[in-house]
Amino acid sequence: MAASSSAGTGERHWIRRFSASVRVSHWVNVLCVVILLMSGLQIFNAHPALYWGEDSDFDRPLLSISWASGADGRPMGVTNILGRRIETTGVLGWSRLDGRPVPRAFPAWLTIPSWQDLATGRIWHLFFAWVFVVNGVLFLGHSLVSRHFSRDLLPVRGEWRTIGRTVRDHLTFTFHRGTGTYNIVQRLTYLLVILALAPLAVLTGLTMSPGVMAAVPWLLDVFGGRQTARTVHFVVTSLFVAFVVVHVVMVVATGLVNNMRSMTTGWYVVAGRNVPQ
Amino acid sequence: MSRHARLDRREFLAAGIAGSAAIVLGGCDRLSAAPTFREFLGGAEGVTRRVQRALLWRGALAREYRAAEISGTFRANGSQDAYNLPPGYIDAAAEGFPDWRLQVDGLVIRPARFTLSDLRALPARTQITRHDCVEGWSCIGGWTGPPLSAILDRVGLRPEARFIVFHCADELPRYVDGANPFYESIDLIDAYHPQTILAYEMNGRPLPVAHGAPLRLRVERQLGYKMAKFLARIEVVNRFDRIGRGRGGTWEDDGYEWYAGI
Repeated sequence: MAASSSAGTGERHWIRRFSASVRVSHWVNVLCVVILLMSGLQIFNAHPALYWGEDSDFDRPLLSISWASGADGRPMGVTNILGRRIETTGVLGWSRLDGRPVPRAFPAWLTIPSWQDLATGRIWHLFFAWVFVVNGVLFLGHSLVSRHFSRDLLPVRGEWRTIGRTVRDHLTFTFHRGTGTYNIVQRLTYLLVILALAPLAVLTGLTMSPGVMAAVPWLLDVFGGRQTARTVHFVVTSLFVAFVVVHVVMVVATGLVNNMRSMTTGWYVVAGRNVPQ
Repeated sequence: MSRHARLDRREFLAAGIAGSAAIVLGGCDRLSAAPTFREFLGGAEGVTRRVQRALLWRGALAREYRAAEISGTFRANGSQDAYNLPPGYIDAAAEGFPDWRLQVDGLVIRPARFTLSDLRALPARTQITRHDCVEGWSCIGGWTGPPLSAILDRVGLRPEARFIVFHCADELPRYVDGANPFYESIDLIDAYHPQTILAYEMNGRPLPVAHGAPLRLRVERQLGYKMAKFLARIEVVNRFDRIGRGRGGTWEDDGYEWYAGI
């Protein structure tokens, strides 16, 4: 990041913000996360309930998505979460597939494939899980070697002092056109996603595998049982989705074109006074 | 760049993203239905199998539980009642399957037929394990029966043997005439695993019909759909592409993975 600068016109200067490997791994990751999310929801739809512990206490799920007959006799989508019952007709539990209303947990537009098909959802999910893991390992390895990790992601000494102001700026949508380097909130968020969320997603996924469980039974103890691991997998996914939503909002709010250009071509425009020396 | 030009560009980008999302999702549906692309995605199964087999110590045991941890409700899936079973099967179950035999043949030296009492006379293993359904739920139950390896040692495998095929009494999606019975297959690594047993008891009682009476397979390091119920015949083969629709099992023929270790 912020490697070379060339002569810009007026106040604008072009800098090389992202290396090719960071850009490629970013977009491979986008593909993986979207497909893993949507095929994962397809898999979830095969048994739309979450439990705590080793086995499934079918009468007491933490979360379940189903349908029931409403007061007027018409079917409605019902989501039960931690004992609370919410009507979710149209989205969760009862939604439309090719124009026809059908009982299904997550709606057709959120699943791969759109129709109910566990086997196909699984082959998508398990293929892109491998791509996600290989891409993540290559990214981490390259980031350590190229010092992308230590230079751009690890918080810089003295930067911690700016955390209060940076959080306040984010909450009030006050952004300063930067130098192309990450602020403390970005660094901590990306580190959390790279070092906590992504590994947790993979490990809880593996804790659902009967083969891996025989080889590495302590994973079961770490997560407190297979059904707990499945629930944590779902929660981690939800946090991933929350991250992506905030991430995309920030990309748009801080200059969609400039940000997208820097993540595709590598080039980023900074104001003249911000050209790194 | 003028403000106007930038807005145009933003709108163009937003429309582009929405448009490509729709194309990508429609594309995913079309790809899902394309056999060649399914084969391509399915290639991950081979990677998973090789990696798990490489990392897994062959004798590594699935976790076993205490009797107190047995699930109150153990869900049954797939074939469970007369709807999927031949006429008279439920009556035979009520009488304790007097005429039932387990045929063991194929690439074996001494083909044999076992009655239930023959199987009960063999040394049995009891294991309380977690059953993980491909749908996502898990139940803990206790299973008793002879290890599959004891049966295979009895009949003696011929050197070219590679897979064990389980032919069952039930048919999916419903019983018609027994022409396309449920089947499953495993390789010799899982066949000789100490926890791979032919269970005639569940939680200390004769196997209930819903769980595959009188005999079902337990392969504890794979998902539930591999564990064939209502066993009728065990066939030892060197290839399974000429059985059923050729993918090694009824669920596999419907698109599920042959190696169900994840």
